[in-house]
Amino acid sequence: MNPPPFSPTPLVRRKLRQERLAQAVLAGMVLAMVLPLVALITYLVVQGAPLLSWSFLTTNPTHGMREGGIWPALLGTIYLVVIALLVAAPVGVLCAIYLNEYAGDNWLTRLIHLAVVNLAGVPSIVHALFGLGAFVLFAGLGRSILAASLTLAIMTLPVIIASTREALAAVPQAFREACWNLGASRWQTIRHVVLPNAISGILTGVILQVSRTAGETAPIMFTGAVFYKKIAAGDPFAYALNDQCMALSMHLYTVTTQVTNAPAALPYAIAVVLLGAVLAVNATAILLRTRLRARQKW
Amino acid sequence: MNQPPAPLLRRERPRLHRLAERGLEWTLRACGYSAIFFVLAIFLFVFREGAPLLPKLDWAQVLFSPEWYPTSRVHVRYGVAAMIAGTLSVTALAMVLAVPFGLGAAIFVSEFCTGRVKETLKVVIELLAAIPSIVWGFIGLSVTNHLIQRYLPAPVGLNLFNAACLLALMSVPIIVSIGEDALKAVPDSYCEAALALGATRWQTVHRVLLPAARNGLLAAVLLGVGRAIGETMAVLMATGHANQFPHSLFDPIRTLTATIAAELGETAVGSDHYRMLFVIGLMLFTITFIVNLLADLAVRGVRGKTG
Repeated sequence: MNPPPFSPTPLVRRKLRQERLAQAVLAGMVLAMVLPLVALITYLVVQGAPLLSWSFLTTNPTHGMREGGIWPALLGTIYLVVIALLVAAPVGVLCAIYLNEYAGDNWLTRLIHLAVVNLAGVPSIVHALFGLGAFVLFAGLGRSILAASLTLAIMTLPVIIASTREALAAVPQAFREACWNLGASRWQTIRHVVLPNAISGILTGVILQVSRTAGETAPIMFTGAVFYKKIAAGDPFAYALNDQCMALSMHLYTVTTQVTNAPAALPYAIAVVLLGAVLAVNATAILLRTRLRARQKW
Repeated sequence: MNQPPAPLLRRERPRLHRLAERGLEWTLRACGYSAIFFVLAIFLFVFREGAPLLPKLDWAQVLFSPEWYPTSRVHVRYGVAAMIAGTLSVTALAMVLAVPFGLGAAIFVSEFCTGRVKETLKVVIELLAAIPSIVWGFIGLSVTNHLIQRYLPAPVGLNLFNAACLLALMSVPIIVSIGEDALKAVPDSYCEAALALGATRWQTVHRVLLPAARNGLLAAVLLGVGRAIGETMAVLMATGHANQFPHSLFDPIRTLTATIAAELGETAVGSDHYRMLFVIGLMLFTITFIVNLLADLAVRGVRGKTG
């Protein structure tokens, strides 16, 4: 008896079985990463929740950092991030414009590219050593907000260069050619055609760096962050550039490893604030990117 | 008699504009070169602080002895062998966990799902990448630490295995995103040819995509390795920080990065101990430099073939 027409042969059945197996295994792998992540974050939030309040964010720590809030650390992190990006973003964007719009394909360009790749791979603790040797000691800035932010700036620079380059490369070449044909110079083309079309990608890249910079600990440990510093609670201009400061990431490290008898919820609450800030910034960047991508004209 | 009108002279751009543009170009060029400058500066400044100690070091002892007694009054010893072993073992174990999962996730995201699921997974992986290393360290110290003590036959919760799990979770996002790029870079015509022959998606991935994207995937793994070697805060808090050769999965270890982070604050600027930490920094710089160079060569291999 013949099998009915169009029925799968054993070979076909085997390959469909393989296909289903592969899909299940791969999906399992993804779940194995996503589920612990969700579980961990939920656990942190549940443990830290009792302490979270507005006054936790806006008051100084008291009783040897066992009680009170995290205001100096929060403000310190904001200072470090803002100054680091004010330095790194212009240099990084200009560097990317040079690499993408001006540089020819020669050994020097390849060298710059190699430098960017390696700069991105330098371990954060080596950045800390560099910051200590160059900014704190050699440049005489001392352990200060300025030295720490400059260290962070150099650390974020390569990532800003890479994301900006990607945004610039996404602008179609035809746009540039059309503009050149009208007699515009290179810079006019960049200023009026390339940048307006790439700005959303550039901004997203920079915003994503806000969160990465905010979470760094090692580079600021020896260049400007301190265990404890009291500042005027609620005053957003309480730090000066040459002050040392507290930072959220450093504060979490201190409370977890150095402060004895801290209430159990305290480190969880700090971790939740840090994580919340970082994820909120990232989510904003991702949302911005999807919005702008939907509006893209090419 | 009508003369034809004289052709209009091409209007020159104002002199100031041209000068400004020239100036701008030089600024851009300077910013471009700054990347090279910074890499050199990092090397030079770390070298400058470490250099005075270099001629005094007994390299056989540094590289092959596990005895790290930098503050001993009788006999100072700077052996970093155990830390190198610690760094290598934790990186290797992390990669054993992260590479299959990372590449599997990259394949799943780029080939097996579409639309909303794909976008969501990409966002989740991006958020995974954003979690700061200090938070991972804290999780290692206060969550997985207790889990390991309760459910696994380990005397201490802060050990090689704990740190490797965290490092794996930290380097997976890099492997996924670079790996996905590598898979995307394979020309569509390859897949179309395979599908036209009646191959299923898994057969296409297994027989066509993976071999074609081999170099890019290798680069993804190498960048993950680079990240794992250089990681500091998470391993400082989760490894147990014991300076010994690991003999089992559940031994506490110590890494090069964590040693610098833990001890730099306690040394006097200019002392031998301080300089030795910079020498360790130089070693780390060299190791990651080589790993990144290899990754870059691997990526270049991909471009050379497909482009």
